[in-house]
Amino acid sequence: MEAVVFVFSLLDCCALIFLSVYFIITLSDLECDYINARSCCSKLNKWVIPELVGHTLVTVLMLISLHWFIFLLNLPVAAWNIYRYIMVPSGNMGVFDPTEIHNRGQLKSHMKEAMIKLGFHLLCFFMYLYSMILALIND
Amino acid sequence: MSAPAGSPHPAASARIPPKLGGAAASGAAAPAGPGPGPHQQNGPAQNQMQVPSEYGLPPQNYIVPSGHYSQGPGKMTSLPLQSQSGDYYSGLYTVPTQNVATPNTASQQAGAQQMYGRAPPAPHAVGSTPGSFQGASSSASHLHTSASQPYSSFVNHYNSPATYSASSSVASQGFPSTCGHYALSTVSNAAYPSISYPSLPAGDPYGQQMFTSQNAPAVRPIRDNSFSGQNTAVSHPSPLPPPPSRQYHQQQSLSGYSTFSWSAPGLPSTQDNLIRNHTSLATASNPTNTVADSLSCSVMQNVQPPKSSPVVSTVVSGASSTRMPPAANRPVEPVASVTQPSELLQQKGMQYGEYVNNQASSAPTPLSSTSDDEEEEEEDEEAGVDSSSTTSSASPMPNSYDALEGGSYPDVLSSSASSPAPDPAPDPAPAPAPAAPQPSKMPKPFGYGYPTLQPGYQNATAPLNSGGPPSSPVYSGFQQYAQYPGMNQLSSSLGGLNLQSSSQPESLRPVNLTQERNILPMTPVWAPVPNLNLDLKKLNCSPDSFRCTLTNIPQTQALLNKAKLPLGLLLHPFRDLTQLPVITSNTIVRCRSCRTYINPFVSFIDQRRWKCNLCYRVNDVPEEFMYNPLTRSYGEPHKRPEVQNSTVEFIASSDYMLRPPQPAVYLFVLDVSHNAVEAGYLTILCQSLLENLDKLPGDSRTRIGFVTFDSTIHFYNLQEGLSQPQMLIVSDIDDVFLPTPDSLLVNLYESKELIKDLLNALPNMFTNTRETHSALGPALQAAFKLMSPTGGRVSLFQTQLPSLGAGLLQSREDPNQRSSTKVVQHLGPATDFYKKLALDCSGQQTAVDLFLLSSQYSDLASLACMSKYSAGCIYYYPSFHYTHNPSQAEKLQKDLKRYLTRKIGFEAVMRIRCTKGLSMHTFHGNFFVRSTDLLSLANINPDAGFAVQLSIEESLTDTSLVCFQTALLYTSSKGERRIRVHTLCLPVVSSLADVYAGVDVQAAICLLANMAVDRSISSSLSDARDALVNAVVDSLSAYGSTVSNVQHSGLIAPSSLKLFPLYVLALLKQKAFRTGTSTRLDDRVYAMCQIKCQPLVHLMKMIHPNLYRIDRLTDEGAIHVNDRVVPQPPLQKLSAEKLTREGAFLMDCGSVFYIWIGKSCDNNFIEDVLGYPDFASIPQKMTHLPELDTLSSERARSFITWLRDSRPLSPVLHVVKDESPAKTEFFQHLIEDRTEAAFSYYEFLLHVQQQICK
Repeated sequence: MEAVVFVFSLLDCCALIFLSVYFIITLSDLECDYINARSCCSKLNKWVIPELVGHTLVTVLMLISLHWFIFLLNLPVAAWNIYRYIMVPSGNMGVFDPTEIHNRGQLKSHMKEAMIKLGFHLLCFFMYLYSMILALIND
Repeated sequence: MSAPAGSPHPAASARIPPKLGGAAASGAAAPAGPGPGPHQQNGPAQNQMQVPSEYGLPPQNYIVPSGHYSQGPGKMTSLPLQSQSGDYYSGLYTVPTQNVATPNTASQQAGAQQMYGRAPPAPHAVGSTPGSFQGASSSASHLHTSASQPYSSFVNHYNSPATYSASSSVASQGFPSTCGHYALSTVSNAAYPSISYPSLPAGDPYGQQMFTSQNAPAVRPIRDNSFSGQNTAVSHPSPLPPPPSRQYHQQQSLSGYSTFSWSAPGLPSTQDNLIRNHTSLATASNPTNTVADSLSCSVMQNVQPPKSSPVVSTVVSGASSTRMPPAANRPVEPVASVTQPSELLQQKGMQYGEYVNNQASSAPTPLSSTSDDEEEEEEDEEAGVDSSSTTSSASPMPNSYDALEGGSYPDVLSSSASSPAPDPAPDPAPAPAPAAPQPSKMPKPFGYGYPTLQPGYQNATAPLNSGGPPSSPVYSGFQQYAQYPGMNQLSSSLGGLNLQSSSQPESLRPVNLTQERNILPMTPVWAPVPNLNLDLKKLNCSPDSFRCTLTNIPQTQALLNKAKLPLGLLLHPFRDLTQLPVITSNTIVRCRSCRTYINPFVSFIDQRRWKCNLCYRVNDVPEEFMYNPLTRSYGEPHKRPEVQNSTVEFIASSDYMLRPPQPAVYLFVLDVSHNAVEAGYLTILCQSLLENLDKLPGDSRTRIGFVTFDSTIHFYNLQEGLSQPQMLIVSDIDDVFLPTPDSLLVNLYESKELIKDLLNALPNMFTNTRETHSALGPALQAAFKLMSPTGGRVSLFQTQLPSLGAGLLQSREDPNQRSSTKVVQHLGPATDFYKKLALDCSGQQTAVDLFLLSSQYSDLASLACMSKYSAGCIYYYPSFHYTHNPSQAEKLQKDLKRYLTRKIGFEAVMRIRCTKGLSMHTFHGNFFVRSTDLLSLANINPDAGFAVQLSIEESLTDTSLVCFQTALLYTSSKGERRIRVHTLCLPVVSSLADVYAGVDVQAAICLLANMAVDRSISSSLSDARDALVNAVVDSLSAYGSTVSNVQHSGLIAPSSLKLFPLYVLALLKQKAFRTGTSTRLDDRVYAMCQIKCQPLVHLMKMIHPNLYRIDRLTDEGAIHVNDRVVPQPPLQKLSAEKLTREGAFLMDCGSVFYIWIGKSCDNNFIEDVLGYPDFASIPQKMTHLPELDTLSSERARSFITWLRDSRPLSPVLHVVKDESPAKTEFFQHLIEDRTEAAFSYYEFLLHVQQQICK
């Protein structure tokens, strides 16, 4: 059972890593002016909810399977994701808004955020991997 | 979706309005065609308008085989040339022949390098005779004088013609191209080869030298002066050095803003000298010379120094000695003299034209020109004509143009960074020593050089020279110089510093705000002038189009943070300009790496290369740029209009279009619901349109269309050939389609009759409508579909909340919260529908202008998104009614007139660039930011302002100037692709005091207002208000703790910031940010929209109205405008204490004028100006001043008219009696007074002081 949880977490984490990389690539494309803000934001906004769901799922799973440490580690990030999603003003087109992304250094902060998440997910990845192997061995 | 072909869409029915009469329904429906699909496909991609990254067509006109000249001697005869040149002048050009000739020559000379190689021979020709020399000098003097007139600084440069001439003679040497010519033509070919080779290498180094060796070369000219009245061959060697000096000059001038001090002081003397020399010389010289000179004068103003490198000089000296024989030329003296001027010219401007002429005139000598040359000349001529015509369009008279340009080449400035380091190294022996004495700051060896020359020249003794080019003479020259213009120059050289020191006291003078009772000046506040040297000041962009909040840019972000002041730009890029140089050329010269347009603040390293002032990359000067269409001269890249004007407009080539320029397309989307009909705007709009139909900007392709909507959407088929307009109704608002996509937007001229019919019919078509709903969203979608193939302007008239279909809105305003002091909600949009649509529109180059005429809440916050992101504009007429509210009706009428007839640019993009190290991070205005520095503007109008916030990313310690450039690429209504470029140059400072000294308080306030709007939308209004107060507190406390060492109990501010608290208080009481006073949400949002998109001048009046007392207008200090005397009453502070019952006051709030009449106002005034016998009989609502034939009435009216004319939108005039209820409107603008909810000015100061002390 334990192994299953971690296998799932591992896969989910992989997906999140890819997503983070995708965010970074797309944002840097925008930074370099390879794509315009509109298409960049519509691309990214599509993946905001999957990311949020994916991460919340792992977090909840850890809570259910009573892995407190991993749960607490994931909690702030999950909370941030949800907060960010909820706090989008009604007139905006999503977390990434093409009309504002170039203002007030938003692009940079988005980039920073994606980087941090990438690091976080990588960390999680190895933790899950380790835990999974441990679980498999224990089984 | 698509309508079935050939038959109306099921939902679409053709309705024939009574007025429209009998068009057959079938007819209407028949055309129903393909759905919207294709349109969209046609639509250009979003990226379309980006400026192509590559420009650079090779300059076609001027490519000439380099080998040309060498051929010359054998083939050619001068005669043909002469005849041609004669034709040129007389026939084609009013301009002197020499000028005319220039293009030809220019083309010939194309290969610069080769020219250099040839240079050495030139000395021969030059050296020949004193007589010739004189002639040359005279020409030079001519030039000088002519040049000098416009600008004093200029004169300095050239102070003494003599030097000039000397240098010029030298210059011929220095200037390879001419020299080459010369050598070939006149003297000895044999000499040529030997000499030429050495020179070639020189050419290469020369670039470097130019750059580095400023000091040394500069000195030389002086020396030259000193020595040589009559220069024989011996003298020549000396002349060689001068060319470097010139270069040097240029460089200095370029580099030099630090150095620039050369200004007026030296002038008088120099001028005298010039004149003297000139006359004497002229007499000496042949008549031909004089003629040539005079001709040349106009052309020649800016001379680029010949580029001989020091190396060259040495070589040359040798050569010159050998050349001595050239004296042989003398026999031909007249000729020689003639030629010399040309040489001079060449030296200066490298003007080949003259050169050619000279050659022609000097028939005897074999000249290099060939039959080939002739052909080329013709071609060039054409080119010349073209260019001249274009320039003439900008400014009819070339002369006036020059005046415009004003600065001659001294103006060409480079950032000091490039130039500052003197390097002796490149120079051969002579140079180094002189280099040292001249600090980079001492600017102008240039200016110096000339004066010194003169004396030398006059003396005509060569003693100094005897030594040849060596350094010693240089010294002497230098010293002389020092003595000579001495004081003047010193002072001028220190000019930059002086300016600072002189300006600082004033702008930094500590002001105790709490004790200064009358803080507001009596006259309008002008933008501070950046602390640059005179030449740069002259060249700098007008503050009306381009302003920076800090006219002294702090060196580092840390310094900026210490100052606690906002750093940003305020732009008004498309302002209506009375004078604008328009430039047509094949290649628009831009930096290869950062794509900056060439501008007055670049530095020319030599004639062939310029250094970008934003990224510091060294670029080549394209061949075409060497030719100056204004003066028709060649080789003066620094005199091109691009380099003489900080605001220019280019006609762009096809490189700058991704599709053919679009026609002007106007679509009117009109609300015709019951509410709208009730308000009655249709009558005014249609009337106004009918009147201005012919004045709509556009060409023969102009298209126009109409869409009306209530709960359904009505299209109008105006296809040419119909007997009457047909109305097509689409009731399927969930899935809007275009019934007849081809005939809804029609050519204005082909269908004019139908359009007029429709406009006449429209106001009465819906009089009996019962439809109260408004399907705005679907109507906009339809408009988008209609416009997307071409792009253009959509004018939307809306009178209520959209209540049907996509984009419907709910009322969000709670009237009870209007005067809440706590939270103001709903400042942001309720839905992203309008934003999305706006972005779609923006992608298709369509802008939506919103006219909101409503009496109730209409959620402007949401609707405005439509215009904000599509780069439209917003007009709001609260409680509009055509009879009940005549002042609004009149305002709409006048606004419409302006709106319909003002200039417009389509499919525009604006890019803002700034010097490396600075970066932009936030933009304010109506547009879509497409990439970090690129604003996408579907339309641009002359009333749109923008603001940009800047941060300093890298330290600017290695530069003393920063530049900002905005380039607005747009399609004019005539279908021309144009680029309007503004460049602003500002100094960098390292001390906090300087930063404070340079604050532009109005710009800072406007930028703060923009930031506060953002803050109140993204966060909350109270946050924004706090931020505003903190801005004052922080900046004043930072000033108090760092700069001012005066210990006062009061609140100390530098003089430059003394109005800061007042303006911030005004902002806090502005509709957009006020709390506690009942403010309707739409009013507030509209005020915010205006803050975002108004240019600074208009915004300032909104923030801080001007109050004048008008019952005692006098002609004292009056100005004359168009034969009218406009009195200029002093500004009064905005406080009730200034209002006396005996007076009448005019308050100018930007969009509204109030005239407040005191209770016991003089009856004479009331009678003379208002036309009523006494106070009691003045009506409550009065919006006009009668045209009475009395002096005071005339004065008052001319004053008000003058105020009105200064702004694009006509303000409404309200006459407010002291006791009328409307007076609260007036009194709420008295921002220095206390209101129930807000501080008085004094209280505010105390509050700030308290905060500082905390």
